[in-house]
Amino acid sequence: MNDLIGLVDWSRAQFALTAMYHWLFVPLTIGLSVIVAIMETIYVRTGNPRWKGITKFWMTLFGINFACGVATGLILEFEFGTNWSNYSWFVGDIFGAPLAIEGLLAFFMEATFVAVMFFGWNKVSRGFHLASTWLTALGVSLSALWILVANAWMQYPTGMEFDPAQMRNVMTDFFAVALSPVAINKFFHAVFSAWTLAGVFVIGVSSWLLWRRRNIAAAKSSMTIGSIVGLAGILLTLWTGHGSAVQVARVQPMKLAAMEGLYHGSVGQDLVGFGILKPESSRTAEEPMLFSVDIPYGLSYLIYGNGDNFVPGINDLIDGISINAAGDTIHGLSYADKILIGKQAQDALRRYADARNAGDEAAMAAAAADVKEHFPYFGYGYLPSPEAAVPNVSMTFYAFRIMVIAGGYLLALFVVLIFLCRRKPEVLEHPWLCWVGMLSIVIVWVCSQAGWVLAEVGRQPWVIQDLMPTTAAISGVPAGSVKLTFWIFAAVFTGLLIAEISIMLRYIATASKGDIETPKH
Amino acid sequence: MAGGATFWRRAADLYIDGFRNMTVGRRLWALIIVKLIIFFAVLKLFFFPDILATRYDTDAERADAVREALTAPHDNSNTNTLYYE
Repeated sequence: MNDLIGLVDWSRAQFALTAMYHWLFVPLTIGLSVIVAIMETIYVRTGNPRWKGITKFWMTLFGINFACGVATGLILEFEFGTNWSNYSWFVGDIFGAPLAIEGLLAFFMEATFVAVMFFGWNKVSRGFHLASTWLTALGVSLSALWILVANAWMQYPTGMEFDPAQMRNVMTDFFAVALSPVAINKFFHAVFSAWTLAGVFVIGVSSWLLWRRRNIAAAKSSMTIGSIVGLAGILLTLWTGHGSAVQVARVQPMKLAAMEGLYHGSVGQDLVGFGILKPESSRTAEEPMLFSVDIPYGLSYLIYGNGDNFVPGINDLIDGISINAAGDTIHGLSYADKILIGKQAQDALRRYADARNAGDEAAMAAAAADVKEHFPYFGYGYLPSPEAAVPNVSMTFYAFRIMVIAGGYLLALFVVLIFLCRRKPEVLEHPWLCWVGMLSIVIVWVCSQAGWVLAEVGRQPWVIQDLMPTTAAISGVPAGSVKLTFWIFAAVFTGLLIAEISIMLRYIATASKGDIETPKH
Repeated sequence: MAGGATFWRRAADLYIDGFRNMTVGRRLWALIIVKLIIFFAVLKLFFFPDILATRYDTDAERADAVREALTAPHDNSNTNTLYYE
């Protein structure tokens, strides 16, 4: 058992490490492609060559990040086949179809138009070049769409049917998978957060230029674009984040309860604006918080648009309790019930295999019908107890607050900078403000990573919601080999990150010694 | 036909001239090539076999292996109380 826990933990740690490193590069690629496209649009519309120079400066930084980040996502697919083979088989073509579309459509779209974008200056018309830059931005976002559709399916499996003969899920409705509300919210939330991140990146680099008193006019123009895109990004991120929270309440209520550190829910549930959880050893369901600043009725109102609705807590969900509009307590399926149903689904699957080996068609059909009936709670059959369905509450709770607090800071930063860019641009050169801009780069990346920690830790123990826990998804490979590759990845990705940062810094330092606004070609 | 040939010639020139005139890009291409070698020639080859593809020859065998893995370790002593009365 300890070996299994070690294997699961190391496999999860390895996946988290590679996914988080991958996500260092991806949002900057998505967001910066849009910012570069906007800058080039200004150049084409105004014909002012200084915008061509500014566009090329940021386009080179986009290129450095694109090159460092390209193929880092492939590692995740290696891990699926080696460490998560049960999962890879079980998801069947649900995962394969979106990822194949990503490869065929978005990758080739990017590869074609990225070449025109970088090599096509003076080779193609201005209009065609601009179209290529926008199509690169579109292609980059479409890449994100398909991987996020696949991720959303894991959080809200839909549009499929489990086939006990193949032991895998078969897609029955492509549009239900691709257009599920979880996928749509997740996609736009990720893309708009990438705009926010890239906006801060542009602000941070521009702040460095201002601090070093280099290319001040270009830095201020860039900062204006970065702040506007960042503000649009953070406002849209807030909006889609709210949509995501509503979907979480609907399809992953345990994650929502963990986000709030909520053990016993109530009608008119408060929202924890800020708080500190008690250590797990001294935490009780009645008094989980050391202290908290609550917003009355906030959670009920945010989720349901009505302060009178009931929001279940962790213990309510485990016990299957809810309260209806009339105030009556409703007893639904408890997690103990769901564990029994899951065990029945697994038992039916065993009977299906036995019947097939015996060549008993009638028994196979009966067993397949039982599997289908009990399949919605299939994964619960692996849980040793109802409490095993509770994610790490502390990590989920704090990741959510780090994301929201950092997001609030960034919103304020963008508003202030837009005001200063328009009304008091000379203030932008103050060293302390330059440092605020530069340090904000760290904050936005922490914010972005916290969002994924929330999404992925909050859905534990499920790798596929309700259908497969991580303990069942794992391959029977030695934990030692996973540990070894964990450290190899840590070294390789850290090297890549150092390479990216050093190449970027060297380019910024070198290019900014000259006149950014005067393009060489 | 001539127009098509011109198009492909111009497309080839775009890439050839682009690569020839790269400055920062040379270092980046070196980085990409080293990275892809590490990923595919080292990690994928020696550390990340596709477990099911390498251990089993057919999809039916793979399905049986996954069925075995997903049903065998499970304690079945506590079922048949909710839906099988």
